[in-house]
Amino acid sequence: MIELVAGKYNYWIYIVLMMIGFYAMIAKENLIKKVIGINIFQAAVFLFYVSMAKVTGGTAPIEWHEAHVYDNPLPHALMLTGIVVSVSTTAVALALIIRIYGAYGTMEEDRILEINEGRDMGDTL
Amino acid sequence: MKEHTVIRAVSRILIPFIQLFALYVIAHGDLGPGGGFQGGVIFGASIILYVIAFGMKDGRKVVAEKTSDILNSTGVLLYVLIGLLCLLAGGAYLEYTSLAAFFSGGEHSEHAKHLASHLGIYGIEIVIGITVAAVMITIFFEAARHEDD
Amino acid sequence: MALDLILLIIIVICAFAAVQMRDLLSAALVLGACSLIMAVIWTRLNAVDVAFTEASVGAGITTVLMIAALSRTRRGEEGGEERDMGWVHDGAANKRFIFRHIAMLIVVLVTMGVLIYGTMDMPDFGDPDAPAHTHVARRYIEKSREETGVKNFVTAVLVSYRGYDTLGETTVIFTAGIAVVLLLRKQRR
Repeated sequence: MIELVAGKYNYWIYIVLMMIGFYAMIAKENLIKKVIGINIFQAAVFLFYVSMAKVTGGTAPIEWHEAHVYDNPLPHALMLTGIVVSVSTTAVALALIIRIYGAYGTMEEDRILEINEGRDMGDTL
Repeated sequence: MKEHTVIRAVSRILIPFIQLFALYVIAHGDLGPGGGFQGGVIFGASIILYVIAFGMKDGRKVVAEKTSDILNSTGVLLYVLIGLLCLLAGGAYLEYTSLAAFFSGGEHSEHAKHLASHLGIYGIEIVIGITVAAVMITIFFEAARHEDD
Repeated sequence: MALDLILLIIIVICAFAAVQMRDLLSAALVLGACSLIMAVIWTRLNAVDVAFTEASVGAGITTVLMIAALSRTRRGEEGGEERDMGWVHDGAANKRFIFRHIAMLIVVLVTMGVLIYGTMDMPDFGDPDAPAHTHVARRYIEKSREETGVKNFVTAVLVSYRGYDTLGETTVIFTAGIAVVLLLRKQRR
C-alpha cells in the first residue's frame, strides 16, 4: 500500500489539478474563468508527461561527462512545444472573448444565451 | 503614463540587456537550456515592456505594424525554405547534414556533416525565434487597449 | 520528495484559488504565480528547457495577455454572490442551479475516479524500465551527439529529429497570430 502511494501520488495530484481545470471549464459561467480552467488543465497534462520522463538518478538531458543516466528528452521536447501552443490558443480565446464582450456587453455564458434567446424570439415574432 | 519617470528610466536601461539575453538564449540552444522559443519570447517581452512603459503610440514607432506583420510570416517561410534547401542539396526534407554538399564536394567528412547540422539547427532556432517574437508582439499590440478607444 | 510534494500542493491551492476568485485580475495573477512555481517543479524534474519556457511563456506572456484582455472587458465576474451560492429568490431557478452543479460535480468526480483507476497500470514514478524509456529515447540519448553534433538532447529532438513537428508548431503560432489580427485589428480605410 505504501509502495503504491509512493509510486503514484504525483499522478493523483496531477489528476486533482486536471479536475479543478475541468470543473472550471464546465461549471463557470464567466468566459475568462473558462480560459483559466483550460490553462490549468493543460498544465496538468504537461506535468503528467514530464513526470513520465523522469528516471531515478537521471540528470538533465544535456551531455555531461559525469552523467551515467539521463532523463528521457522526448517528453521534454513535446511539452516545450505544447506550452507555446497553449499560449497561442489562450491568445485566440482571449481575442474571441474581447469580440464577444464588444458584441454582447457581457462575458457570462448564461447572459449571452439569454440575449441570444431573446433575439431568436424577436426574429420569429 | 506621463508621470512614470522611474519605470521609464529603468526600462530604458533594462531593455538592451533583455534583448542581449534573448539573443544569447537563441544562440546557446544547442549547448544548454534555451533555444528559439524561449529566446523569441524573451525578445518579444522586451518590446512588450517598452510598450507598457512608453505607451502604444511610441511602441508603434519602434515596431511598425507593417514590420511585425512581415516578420510574422517571414519565420514560417524561412523554415520551409531551409527544408527546401536540404532537398536541393540532395538530402531529405529538413535533413541538415545534407547541407554539407554546399561547402564540401564529393564525400563529406564527419566534420563537414557536423558543421552542416549545426548550421541547419542554428538557422531553425533563429527562424523560430523570429516567428515567436513577432507573433507575441503582434498579439500584444492587438489585444491591449488602444489610447484612442 | 517532501519539497516536491509541498510544491505540488501549493500549485493545487493556487489553481483552486484562481478558479474560485471573483476578481478576475487577481485570478490572472494567481495563475501567473502558479506557472512560476510550476517552473520550479520542472527544474526539480530536470526538465530545464521546459522550465525556461514555462517561466517566460506561462508566467510572463500569458499573464500579460490576460491583463490586456481584462483591460478591454470587465474586471469582476457578474452576478454577485447570490447566483454563485444558489440563493436566488426564484425557487425554480434556484433548484435548476443546484441540480446543474450537482450533475457537474458528479461528472468531474466520475472522470477523476476513472483516471485514478487508470494510473494503477502506469509505471511507478522514476521507473527506469518504463516503456517510455525503452524505444526511441535510448537512441536519442546515445546517438544524437554524433548524428547532430548538439549537446542538448532536447534541442536535437526538437529541431533535428522532429523538425517536421516543429514546422507544424511554428505554423500553429503563426496561425494564432493571424487569427488574433483578423479578430481584433480595426479596419481603416
